[in-house]
Amino acid sequence: MTAPVALDRVGHSFGPQRVLRDIGLEIAAGEYVVLLGPSGCGKTTLLSILGGFLRPDEGRVLIDGRDVTALPPAKRPTTTVFQDYALFPHMTLRDNVGFGLRMAGVAKATRHQMAERQLALVGLERAGGKRPHEVSGGQRQRVALARALAVEPDVLLLDEPLGALDLKLRRVMQDELKAIQRRVGTTFVHVTHDQEEAMAIADRIVVMNAGRIEDQGPPDRVYRRPASLFTAGFMGEMNRIPARRGPNGIETRLGVLPVAVPGSAPRLTVCLRPEALWDGAGDWDLGPAQVEDTAFFGTHFRAHLVPERAPDLRLVAHFPPAQAPEPVVRLSVDSQELSIFPEGSP
Amino acid sequence: MMRWLGWLYLLTAYGFILLPVAVLVLFSLQDGRLPVPPFQGVSFRWYADVLGDRDLMAALGNSALVAVGSSALACALGFLAAYGLARHVLPGAALVRALLVLPLAVSTLIVGLGLLIGLNRLGIGLSLWTAGIGHVVINLPLCFAILYSAMGDQQRNAERAARDLGANQAQVLWLVTVPMLRPALLAAFFLSVTLSWDEFIIGFLLTRFDVTLPVEIWNLLRSGLSPRLNAIGSLVFLASVAVVVALEILVLARRRA
Amino acid sequence: MSEGARGWGFVAPALLWTVAFFLVPLGVMAAMSFARLDGRELVWGLDWGNYAKLAEPAIGQAVRVSLEITLTVTAVSVLLAYPLAAILAFQVPPRWQRLALLLALLPFWTSYVVRSYAWLLVLSKQGVVNKALMGLGLVTEPLTLANTRFATVTGFVHFFTMLLTLTIYANLVQLPRNYARAAQDLGASGWQTFRHVILPLTLPGIVTGAFLSFVLCIGDYITPQILGGNNELALPQVIMVQLGRRADFPLASALSVVLMGLVTVAYLLSSRWLRLDRT
Repeated sequence: MTAPVALDRVGHSFGPQRVLRDIGLEIAAGEYVVLLGPSGCGKTTLLSILGGFLRPDEGRVLIDGRDVTALPPAKRPTTTVFQDYALFPHMTLRDNVGFGLRMAGVAKATRHQMAERQLALVGLERAGGKRPHEVSGGQRQRVALARALAVEPDVLLLDEPLGALDLKLRRVMQDELKAIQRRVGTTFVHVTHDQEEAMAIADRIVVMNAGRIEDQGPPDRVYRRPASLFTAGFMGEMNRIPARRGPNGIETRLGVLPVAVPGSAPRLTVCLRPEALWDGAGDWDLGPAQVEDTAFFGTHFRAHLVPERAPDLRLVAHFPPAQAPEPVVRLSVDSQELSIFPEGSP
Repeated sequence: MMRWLGWLYLLTAYGFILLPVAVLVLFSLQDGRLPVPPFQGVSFRWYADVLGDRDLMAALGNSALVAVGSSALACALGFLAAYGLARHVLPGAALVRALLVLPLAVSTLIVGLGLLIGLNRLGIGLSLWTAGIGHVVINLPLCFAILYSAMGDQQRNAERAARDLGANQAQVLWLVTVPMLRPALLAAFFLSVTLSWDEFIIGFLLTRFDVTLPVEIWNLLRSGLSPRLNAIGSLVFLASVAVVVALEILVLARRRA
Repeated sequence: MSEGARGWGFVAPALLWTVAFFLVPLGVMAAMSFARLDGRELVWGLDWGNYAKLAEPAIGQAVRVSLEITLTVTAVSVLLAYPLAAILAFQVPPRWQRLALLLALLPFWTSYVVRSYAWLLVLSKQGVVNKALMGLGLVTEPLTLANTRFATVTGFVHFFTMLLTLTIYANLVQLPRNYARAAQDLGASGWQTFRHVILPLTLPGIVTGAFLSFVLCIGDYITPQILGGNNELALPQVIMVQLGRRADFPLASALSVVLMGLVTVAYLLSSRWLRLDRT
């Protein structure tokens, strides 16, 4: 019911356009991996290759150590939850969920029993006789999940499964997806462009851009210590401060950073998250800053700041929700929360 | 293997579908008296013959007139009805829609016969006008159906915006609805023209002295096979194809733009 | 002016046209089917005599011939058109599909008269089919192909294959690709995908096309008149005979009502799957 997956130097082109290059990825059995990236980054193509809907130009796909690159979807131990769910409109929910079992030759009574059990797993005990158009979007999403899980695949592939749902329902379904994955233990590979969704569900996030893997790791690491400037920007709001390599460390207009950065690029960008800034003392003192405006967000106050040392720079900071920030704050940052990249790197 | 069979099937189907028109057009060029093999060489004399035939040319003119006139009226009526039903909540709307498309499900022979009987009762003589009335009856359901299904919600919002900015009803229709529905209007109009242009039975039942082209061809057919018939048939066919291809290019060009 | 009144204002012209030139004439025709011809004099009334003539061999046979031809034509056309539509939708590369479809529908745009005449040329004793068969040495004498029921059916099948290819193709291409993918993903073979997913989902398109074919075929006068010869007459031919020489409008009306009745039965049988308002 679960298996490891390995992608070995997978590459693919659509006509002259290279959509995937040299993708290497190891996924452990039972892991929940989220492929995250902007549209056109190649994540959906990669999922199609895993599902067998697309044969890659280069490289191999291994599931449980077996080379499945040439196998059609029907012969693979994978199933897919499609973005539009692709529930068969002429069948009841029970027949939809039982479809894979029917194709495998399971007798009707057994099949119905198993389908009902799958429907119960996703909280649709009494809806088996309904048709897809008679249930809500969230319920359809669950049926698609139940249908894909009913054949007990080793690997479940989810293509933007929550994309069609409204924000509130999406958050609920994220929790459910994760809980179901824990229960069945199947390897899940989930594609999305929503970084909050990725962080909420993934054991490991794989950030993709322009057909390559930019970064991969547990959500907190990818968010707080991104491996590239692209990842830093894609994972959430980021303050970017131009910097230069100097004799005493990294020189910025807000002060000198006593850290060493590998490489030799003379111009650098210092990235820090809005929540890494605070009012008080810290490793790196950015000096006083004026609060230009603030807005309350429930979990924090979001403020635009004008640092006195560099009045043309604008910083965004999140302050604790208990109290609105003073008109002038003394900005500090923990050097652990900094990321520094060569300027203009992707 | 399956693909190979598929291509073979496609080729055979094209053969079957295109065979009669290919034979029709080929033997319209026959340099001889019979439109059957052997092919005796290329000659345009039958075309010259047909184009010089006063009756045929009159019938061709009549057909064009009836086709364009009845299609324009069918489009106008269909557009107004579609607008009324798509934009207003009317009691019994479903029934009205059903009634408007009903003539589609009744054979044109019966539509024509009914009109013939009705006109006889009223003592109205047959003419191109009566044939035109019949053509509007059979083309109106198509025009209505095409235009009704093309009236989407995005147009409704554009209409509301126009009204909000001070346009009156006529201005909304003319400046917003009609331009937004132009592709559907064109499609309905040209489909209607080609159908009317080729229509036989209503023309046959509802005309007397001035006849439409298919009726004139039918009259010629009674005297047997002749390359003349091939020539006029080819002309009718090529005219229809020209309209269809023009429409296709128009629609495709619009899609690409 | 109220919203409703304004709405009716838009609908009224089309509605009046349809009522005046379609519904009322049909009503008059229905009334006339109960009238009687006394010499040249029309006698209105409630006379079932015209309908009783269905029992006469000539007229009963026409109804049977029409039904046989129409059912054969509809079935054969569906069987020929489905594979063609499927090949156009799934095998022909998308960028060529419109062109391929246009080509497959080209003769669709000729009139019945010209199309039937063209088939007469093809099937006649000296026509290309007989010449080809004799050239290949398959037959020594030309076959009688024209002026037979075979010719009528061929002419009809030709037209309705095109019509059905169009309706089925339209149905196939608007099916989301993911249905087939989902079926295959869950282990269905090509045939199972077709049988359990594609076919049930395209049934409305098939039935709609088949119903249209039925209506157009059973009511057509020209094709059997040009291609069918004199051995057997179809219902529309018998109706036209009444209009011609004998000017028996009451009988023609009654037979038209019968024709409409047949279409209504076909409609009721297929209404479960019909999507007339969405084509």
